[in-house]
Parts: sequence; structure tokens; C-alpha cells
Amino acid sequence: MRREIPLAITFLIGVFMLVDFFVPHTAVTTSADELKQWGIIVIAASILLGIGNLVRVHSKKIARRNEGWGYSIITLTVMAVMLWLGLWPGAHLGPNEMIGTVEQGTPFNWMFLFMQVPLQSTMFSLLAFFIASAAYRAFRLRSAEASLLLIAAIIVMLGRVPLGQLLTRNLPEHAQLPWITETIMAYPNMAAFRGILMGAALGVMAMGLRIILGIERSYLGGEK
Amino acid sequence: MVALSFGWASAQDESVTDEAGLPHPVAFPPAPPRDLAAADFVDNNDAGDKIELTWVLSPDDGAEEANVAGYYLWRSESPGARGDTLAFVGAGTTDFVDDTAVPGVPYYYSVTATDGTSLSDDATFGPVSGRRNWFTVSRLAVLVLAGIFFALVLTFTRLAERGAKLFVRRIPGLNAIEEAVGRATEMGRPVLYVPGIGEIDNIMTIASLTILSHVARITARYETPLIVPTARAVVMSAAEEVVKEAYAAEGKPDAYNPDNIRYLSDAQFAFAGAVNGIMLRERPAANLYLGAFWAESLLLAETGFEAGAIQVAGTAMVSQLPFFVTACDYTLLGEELYAASAYLSREPKLLGGLKGSDWMKIVTIALMAIGIIMSIAGADAFVEWFHTN
Repeated sequence: MRREIPLAITFLIGVFMLVDFFVPHTAVTTSADELKQWGIIVIAASILLGIGNLVRVHSKKIARRNEGWGYSIITLTVMAVMLWLGLWPGAHLGPNEMIGTVEQGTPFNWMFLFMQVPLQSTMFSLLAFFIASAAYRAFRLRSAEASLLLIAAIIVMLGRVPLGQLLTRNLPEHAQLPWITETIMAYPNMAAFRGILMGAALGVMAMGLRIILGIERSYLGGEK
Repeated sequence: MVALSFGWASAQDESVTDEAGLPHPVAFPPAPPRDLAAADFVDNNDAGDKIELTWVLSPDDGAEEANVAGYYLWRSESPGARGDTLAFVGAGTTDFVDDTAVPGVPYYYSVTATDGTSLSDDATFGPVSGRRNWFTVSRLAVLVLAGIFFALVLTFTRLAERGAKLFVRRIPGLNAIEEAVGRATEMGRPVLYVPGIGEIDNIMTIASLTILSHVARITARYETPLIVPTARAVVMSAAEEVVKEAYAAEGKPDAYNPDNIRYLSDAQFAFAGAVNGIMLRERPAANLYLGAFWAESLLLAETGFEAGAIQVAGTAMVSQLPFFVTACDYTLLGEELYAASAYLSREPKLLGGLKGSDWMKIVTIALMAIGIIMSIAGADAFVEWFHTN
């Protein structure tokens, strides 16, 4: 029964959501919308599980003085401070003191805007350096395919900047870098893109069918 | 909807005065339109919010004197009242679709001709209400193709169950997973499995959890630590179950360490930073990135490369594939992610699904070829049939 009940629920809900895609009648859409709302609520409530896991893992790390335990102290402290600022009614500086409300001028909002957002932006900006190092490896002339990739990349990069336009502006239109760039992006690139996309879409459908019918059940923790 | 307030005289007005209270000459109004009719609009995907109105033009529409400038349409929920203004349509118009109706609510409609200065009498009709349909006709093509696809998958699944040999091409990325775990075992270092940052309702995450089950079985067999950082609490909870069951299935329940299934952060780059920290501190020998990834893909894969780990990635996020191809040793492209569970388990029923997908690709390519030929020949109806909304 431990397997059968989840599989039965999966089958019923899966078929119902499929029906919802084709039937616009309120008899179906009202219940489907309600189910989707339940999903959102369950996912939102699950954050408590995440917090529990975070506290357990990092507390043990601190207690055992594992490598990097100092970071665990920072993690738990910052989480506690943000929770306190977000939930404690008296901690708000703004006019509205409703619990959990994020408003301009509150310490919670200040920490979010001036600490979390810049930190995330910093991580994101590292991408530029990682792209450069990854591109260096990818474009090395090791094989015929890598050479083709290098040539295509140079054309596309030049074709996307004013320099490319400047270099080839006196050539016929079909020999100008912006035109060649657009051709590469619109045909060979798009063909590969759509090929992968179509394969993936069919994969999604097959996977969905296998899950609905209970053929695929390893996501429940095992095949048996 | 806002009711209009006209300063114009209507044919129903007995006396009209100007600002000074003096009688104002009433403009000669146009003749009213006739035979207003309203009915539930039968559309391809009508959700019951459309009602179609038709009427016969005012006799003055197109006439030289008192020429009609257009028609005002009104909608009310009670008889005898014009209610709110629905729309203004130009002269010569004889129909209109009200797409703001609430299904099941009875409405009374009026249509009035105007010459720009005065309004005619009303033509009225009601009550009428919109009715929801039971099928979205514009999605018929989806239903037919899904039916064909499901039939193919089920046919090959049945064939596989009866013992038919189904050929599945070699997928190097999936073969590399066991090799990567073996290498981590030899080096005495953990395996890092990142199931992406998608929520549990993302099919890529589900596919990733099915692969995690196989990976956990291998790590349980070799008694190699398996670290699973997650960005979603529900995914963490599901991953805990998957890994625990896999260890139990391999007869190694004691080797399961719940502290290795970790919730890090919902925030994309906080998660990426935390995973990078794990890579650099705990030095996993094998990094597996399988699931839904966005901009954090290269941050993770490049850090793993710098750390010297063997890396296998897989995602159906087409925009992230180039990053994984560049930075990882093996990459599962799109559909290979969904095929992984069948490929790794070699279970006939799952392999049947793969074979069905392959045949559906042939059907799709054939349909595309037919569509191209038909479009070139000028017969667009075939392609139009596939348009959905």
C-alpha cells in the first residue's frame, strides 16, 4: 500500500490535469485551479522543512568543528537575523507593522536590497570570467569541429558589434559580417536548437506518461 | 465598463433644454437598427465568456440625410435598462462578439444607431447567457498527436514486456556516471549530485530524481558518500526519500547519511555559491549536474572543472547546454535526460517508452515534410490545423 496509494493519486491527478488542458468547462477548470493553488501552498509551506534541514546540518557541523564550521555560524546567524527582522512585529520601521510585510525603509528591506542583492549580483558577474575561461578551452584548435566552432564564434561575435559592421561595410550585403551572423543564428543554430527542443518535448511527454501510468516509479524511492 | 453620459438628445426625450433652460431643437435621430439577436458564441475554445450579437442595419445607414456614424452596444443584467456601454462599432457593422461575459449570467443587450449628434431608439434582446464548451477544438491537433504518441509508447512497452529486443543506442554520458562514481570510490572522495534548481513540479527535476535513485544505488554499493545539495525544500524532501530507499534496496541502510542531503537556498546565486563552497571544501571527485539549470550552470561547472572533478551534466534547458558541453566531460542533451532512467535500469517497460518516442520523431518529421510541401503548394489548411492556443 505504501507504493499503491501514491501511484493511484499520481494517476488520478495526472489524468485530471490532462483533461483540464482540453476541457474549458467550469466543472473541470474550477477544480483544476483549486488543485494548482494547493500545490503552491504545499510548496510554500515546505520551506519549514528546508529551514529544519539547514539548522540540523549546520548545527552538527559547528558541534563537530568540521572544516568550514565558521561559515556555518555565519549562515545560521544571518538566517536568524533575517527571520527576526522579517517576522518580529516591533522590528519594522515602516508604517505598516503587519507580520511578514516587506516594505520600504525596514531593516529587512535594507538588508535584502543592500546585502543580498549585491552579493547575488557579484556571483552573477563572475559569469563573465567563467565564460572567458570556458570559451578559451572550447575554441582551442584541437579538431575539425572545434575549428568550425571557433570560426563561427568569431564571425558571430564580430557580427554583433559595430566593429564587424565597420570592417565589412564596403562588401556586398551577403558578405557583410552582420548578415552572415544572422544567417548562422537563424538557420544552422536554430535548426539544432529546435531539434533538441523537439526531442526534449517528446521526452517530457514520454516521461509524463510513464509517471502517470506508474511505469516510472523510481522518483518515489525505488522501482519495487 | 463605464456607462456613457451623452449630452445628445434621444428620440425618447420629450423636452430638451440648453444651458440657459431654453428649448433646444432636437436633432432628427436616425432610424433604429432592427432584429437584434444574441446567442452563445460557439468558438474553438470558448470558455463561456463570449456572446455573439447580430442585427440588421438602420435604414439610415448609408443614407444621405441622418447618415449613421455607428452603433452603440449596451449590456445590462436587468430588462428595460441599457446598462453599461459595451462598445461602439462603425457604420455598416452588423455583428459583434462580447468576450467579457460571465458564463451563465443572463444579459440583456441593446443596440442604438447614432449620427454623431443624436441616438435612435433601441433594438433590444435578452436574456441570453454564455455557455462553457466541453472541448477546446483548437487543441484537437494536440489531442490527436498525443493519442498517436501514447499509442506508440504503450505498444512498444507491451512488446518489450513480451520479450521483444529493443535496441537503444549507446549514451556515453550515462555510461560515464558509473565510471565517475568508481573514480570517486578509488580516490576515497564523495560524489556530488546537483538536481538543478527547478521545483518539484518541473519534469526535469522528476527525471533527475529517477537518475538519483540509480546513482544512489551505485554509491551505496561502493559505500561512497553521496552529497545532494538542493535549492528547493520539497526537492530536498523527495531526494531524502529516494536516496534512503536506494540505500535500503542495496542492503546498506546504515551507510545512508541524512546530513548529505542538504537544503541550501532558494536564491539562485546563493545556491550556486554554496555548491561551489562544497566543491572546494569537500573536494568531490565526481560532480553530476542533472536537472533544470539556468545561469548558475557555468558557475557550477567551471568551479568543478577547476577543482579537477570528473563532471557529467544533463539538462533540457537548451540555452545552458553550450556551457555544460564546454565545461563538463560528458553532457546529456535534452531528451537523453529523460531517457536516462530507462537506459540505466534497462527495464523493458521503460525501454518501450524510448522506442515509442523515437517513432514519434519519425511521425513528426514526416508531418513537417508534408507541411512544407503543402505550404509551398499554397494549401495552408494543413499547417493551420496545427495552430493551437
